[in-house]
Order: sequence, then C-alpha cells, then structure tokens
Amino acid sequence: MPPQEGCDTSGGCGSRREFLGTAVATVALALTGCGKLSKEEFLQHNFRELSKDEIQTVIARLEKEYQEKFHKTVKVGNEPAMPGVIFGYALDLSRCIGCRRCVHACVKENNQSRDPEIQWIRVLQMDKEEGVNLQHAEQYYNPDEVPQEGHFYMPVQCQQCKKPPCVKVCPVGATWREKDGIVVVDYNWCIGCRYCMAACPYGARHFNWGEPHIKDADVNPATHYLGNRPRPKGVVEKCTFCIQRTRKGLYPACVEICPTGSRKFGNLLDPSSEIRQVLENKRVFKLKEDLNTQPNFFYFYGV
Amino acid sequence: MVNLRNFKQFIVDTVGLMVQGGRLYYAWVGFLLLLIAIGGLAYVNQLNHGLLVTNMRDQVSWGFYIGNFTFLVGVAAASIMLVIPAYIYDWAPIKEITILGEMLAITALIMCLGFVMVDIGRPDRFWHIMPLVGRLNWPQSMLAWDVIVLNLYLLLNWFVVTYLLFSSYVEKHYNKKIVLPLVLLSIPMAVSIHTVTAYLYNGLAARPYWNSAILAPRFLASAFCSGPAVLLILLQVLRRTTRLKITDAAIFKIAELMAYTMGFNLFLTAAESFKELYSGTEHMVYFQYLLFGVEKNGVHYNTLVPFAWASILTGFVAFLLFLIPKTRMNWTTLNIGCVLIYASVYIEKGMGLIIPGLTPDALGEIYVYRPSFTEVAVAAGIFSLGALVFTIMLKAAVPMMLGEFTISKGRASEEVPVPPQP
Repeated sequence: MPPQEGCDTSGGCGSRREFLGTAVATVALALTGCGKLSKEEFLQHNFRELSKDEIQTVIARLEKEYQEKFHKTVKVGNEPAMPGVIFGYALDLSRCIGCRRCVHACVKENNQSRDPEIQWIRVLQMDKEEGVNLQHAEQYYNPDEVPQEGHFYMPVQCQQCKKPPCVKVCPVGATWREKDGIVVVDYNWCIGCRYCMAACPYGARHFNWGEPHIKDADVNPATHYLGNRPRPKGVVEKCTFCIQRTRKGLYPACVEICPTGSRKFGNLLDPSSEIRQVLENKRVFKLKEDLNTQPNFFYFYGV
Repeated sequence: MVNLRNFKQFIVDTVGLMVQGGRLYYAWVGFLLLLIAIGGLAYVNQLNHGLLVTNMRDQVSWGFYIGNFTFLVGVAAASIMLVIPAYIYDWAPIKEITILGEMLAITALIMCLGFVMVDIGRPDRFWHIMPLVGRLNWPQSMLAWDVIVLNLYLLLNWFVVTYLLFSSYVEKHYNKKIVLPLVLLSIPMAVSIHTVTAYLYNGLAARPYWNSAILAPRFLASAFCSGPAVLLILLQVLRRTTRLKITDAAIFKIAELMAYTMGFNLFLTAAESFKELYSGTEHMVYFQYLLFGVEKNGVHYNTLVPFAWASILTGFVAFLLFLIPKTRMNWTTLNIGCVLIYASVYIEKGMGLIIPGLTPDALGEIYVYRPSFTEVAVAAGIFSLGALVFTIMLKAAVPMMLGEFTISKGRASEEVPVPPQP
C-alpha cells in the first residue's frame, strides 16, 4: 500500500472517506477535462489534517512533479512557525518613491505566473491633495518617471490580518492564519470559489485564471509548501511575507530590494526589533482600520 | 415488499413517459439538447484553458455565473408563493398546482448548483465541500451554510414531489400527516435559502454596496416577484397544452399577491437608494457606478447605467400593471407585466448586484466587466438544462396528477403489470 494512503497515522480520515473519495475520483477525472490529475493528488487531504509522514509523501510527490515540469530540482520546505514570533511589517509612506522594484522582486522570489501575469504587491499612486483616498488611486502609472509631482505612493499587499475576513469566509478551510501571524493557502485544497477575494478589503488575493507559466530558468527552487511553490491553475494565492525566507530568519524579498528603505519587517514580540522601534517612535496607521481586520501591516510617515 | 416493487415500476413508467412523446415534444427536447451541447462544449473549453476564457478577473472576481446563481435561488424560493395561499389559508384552487411550484424549485436549484459548479476554479475538488467527506468550514463560512440549505431544500422538494406523484400513481390518496408538515417546513426553508444567499454578500464588510442590512429583505421581495412571474406564464401554457385544470381565480390570486411583493420590492429599493444618495458618503460610489456611471482619469465608466434604469423602469411599469385591477385581470397586460418584472429582477440580481458590488474594486480600480461568449454560452446551456429537467418532469407528472396514468391505467393492455389486489 502506498504510504500516502496510510490513514492510520493521521487519525484524521476513515475508511468511509477513502471509499467516497475513490468513488468521486472517476467523476472528477472526467470533469477536469484532462487526465493529468493523479489519484494521490485528488485524494490528498487538507494540509492541517496530514500526518508528518503524509506531508513527506506529498512533498516528495510535488518535488517530482516540479522536476518533470521545470527540469530542475525544486525543494519544497514545510518549516513550521518559530515559537515566540509574530511577524509585523511597516511601510514608510514618506520614503516610498513608487519604483515598483518590490513588485518584481516579489514575483521573482515567489514564482508568480508570468503569463498570465500575477503580482501580489499593488503600488498605488495617490494625489497628495487627497491623502489616502483609494478612489483617487492609480495603479497604472509609468514607474520610470517617479516620483511624480503632486503624488505619493502606497504599496498594498496582504495585510496579514489578525481577524482575516478571507479565512472566515473560505467554505473549505483552505486558508488559515499560522501561529506567526502569516495567512496561508493550501493550494492543493482550495476549490477556487474566490469567496476570499470578495471578502478581502485589500485586493490582496489573486486567482490563477489560466495555467500559470514560468520559464524553467526563472523558477525559484527554494520554496515552501504554504508559500512560493509553483501553483496550479484555478486556485487563489497571496503574499505570505515570503514564508520560505522569513521562517529561516531572512527578510522578505520586498524588504531586501527596496532602494529607499521604506520597508521595515520584524518580530512583533521582540522588543528590540526594528518593527517595534517603528511602532514605538513613529505614529502608524492601518489601512481601512474601520473594518476591524486588525492588520499586522502598518503604514507610517517616517519624516 | 409490494411498495418497493411498485416504486421500481413507478420509476420505469416515469422514464417511459419521459422518453415517449409527440413530434413537438421531441423537437423541443432536441432543441434544448442542442443548446446544452453548445454550453457543454464551451464549458469543456473553459476547463481546458481555465476561467481565463471568462471576462472575470481579480478586480471583478465574480460575474455572470454568480449573478445567475443568485437570481435562480430567488426563483427556487418563490415556490412558496403557491404554498402559502394553498396551505396556510387553505385556498383550494391553488392547492392542486403547488406541486408545479415545487417542481420549479427543483429545477431552479439544479440550475443554481450548475452555476456554482461552472464558477469554481477546481470542480475536481468539489468533494472538499461535502460534509463529512471534505472539510466544510461550518458555521463560519456563509457559503458552507448555503451548500447545506440549498441541498436540504432540493431534497425536501424532490421528496414531496416524488411522494405525491407516487401516491397518485398507486391510486392512493397521499398521507396528509406526511405531506402537510413537509410543505409547511418548506416555507421557512425557502426563506432561509434566499436569506443565507443574501448573507453571503451581506457579511462582507469589504464591499459596502452589499454590506446593507436590507439586502436579505430585498432579495426576498424581488424573488417573490420574479418567481411567481415564471409560474403565471407557465400555468397559462399548461392549461392550454394539457388537461390540467387551472382556474382563473388561482392565477389572479397569485397576481394579486405579486402586486404586494412588487410594491414592497420597489419600496426597499427606494429606501436603499435614499440612504446611499442622500448621505452621499464615499460608499455611494458603487451606487453611482450602477445608476449614473463614474468618472475617473477623464474616462466616464457607464456600462451598467442603461441596464440599471431599464430594471427600475420595467419594475415600476410592471408594478402599475399588477396594481390596477383592470390590467391585472387582462391577460395581455398581465403577461406583459410578468415579462417586465422578470426582466427587471433578472437585471437587478444579475448585472445589478454582483458587478457594482465589485466595481470599483477594493483598491479603487475600475475594471469594466461584461460576460464573455463562453460565459453566455455556458449560462445558456445551464438554462436549457433547467428547461429540459422541467419539461421531462412535467411530461411524466401531468398524466399522473390527472390520474390518467397510474399503475393500472394509461398504457396498452399487454403492458399492464399484475394489478394490485383490490
């Protein structure tokens, strides 16, 4: 018996589940319109219900799949949240010049589809006279001619809410908030209903409308199961504070690339962290705080 | 088990009735099958290329499919417009035809589930949403609630219809103790399916256009206009084409009830418009996009404006036609009113609810959404599937309802199975 079906170890699934799962497998195979779906992939359960052994089997299967698809070794990690860590992010609106380097560093790091193009960070060009007023935001400005007279820039990405509406609405529990405050998606459990996208007040969730395409050479091989591993068609994805990096003590790609030092990141529970320094010494605000989503992402005016 | 054997015979005979018919029947079924095939091909194309073949994008992430779904939940809920006068007020002329309302509900629910299926990105993972087998995020997710109530309502209506038809098939009177509680249960169930569907949108603070307390009442009011409109026309068709006895009194009674719901629907729309337009907060922008269009960077975005006014105008004219007894009791104006109110609610729930809820998007971007050819073709396929389901159900149900076709009557003598002992 293949280890993937070793339900005894997880205690989470019974024989009825397996039987019903197998029964609907045939129907589903017909529904996908292509025969690419393996039985193992089809029957895979929610990530949070998998035992350690099952996770290893799933990861091995994914790595093999990626090897075949991208002709290189892609490592899929599953580092858990570090104890005593809740990640926080602060963005200095007085420094950001809207160069959009963060957008592209993010795409490169996180294996977003290049065709069709998906970007997790949206940089908004705002009227200085209007302040933070989204009805006056413009996303399609020319990044070669920034900063524009009379404008300031406001990058928006997942705000890693403490009370995430996207998690609340997901009908199948395919998205959740990890112990370190990162909201993640199980791309193998998401059914693609896009209810989370309607619920997110920050436009932070993006859908794979078509089959995602990345050139083999562009694939970042250092990935995380809940983060930047290549995604399939028909599922939702979002910023994870570069979970594959930050859980190893590195900065997110957007923080590292920012030429103006507008982006601050760190452990909210560590009193000596940079993020705590910002919260202590600057006056911060949260985007759409009236919705009570309680983001761990702050905006501030550094100068 | 005589009953079980009878039931098997009932199924066989039902299928038999469904596949036999006149030339017109075959032509109609063939036409529907053709449309279903076209929709099916469009859907296969969508499966292969992803939802990229629709015009939905990250900004407007729900569109035509979910709009149709929402509208049809209303049609399904509206069957109780027949149940209430028939059973609560014990009004006999409608009682005999409530089964038609229940069959309409079954049809509408099948279409609803179809629209959800074609909208999701991973239909192969539909088992994830099945209770016990998958991982239903209940009670947190309103979509989980919707899955449960829609399927229960479908089951309830399917059971009542099957039981009633089976009873007349075996030439027995149905057991009131079974039917009455279930029919009464269908009233709160119908209210709940549309309420939960409204809550699906209502609960999203991110979308101020939907985040209004009267959204659920508006859903119900509009549903009780459009659903009965379908029924009124259907009843007239059926009494011409079959020997079903449907009295004028029954039709006029439903029309009278509709006048109330239409008035209430207009009132609620006015209340919502007043709150948005008079207070004139930043949240008005969605209403503005719907009714007048929005100006941004020198471009005037007004795609929905003609639809929105058409909906309001048709809704108002239909209300007048139903309000005035003279036009309500005139077949021509009554039917014009039915078509107008159906169109009004269809636009309101389809284009007028989903799209302005998502435009401008959460970051203020305006993406102009119009359904793509694939979306229209798939939707036509699902509506045809609904029409087919309803047609074949009626085909078998009508002779059984009339008592013309039972276990011992209605077929050539050599086919008659061993009659039950008297």
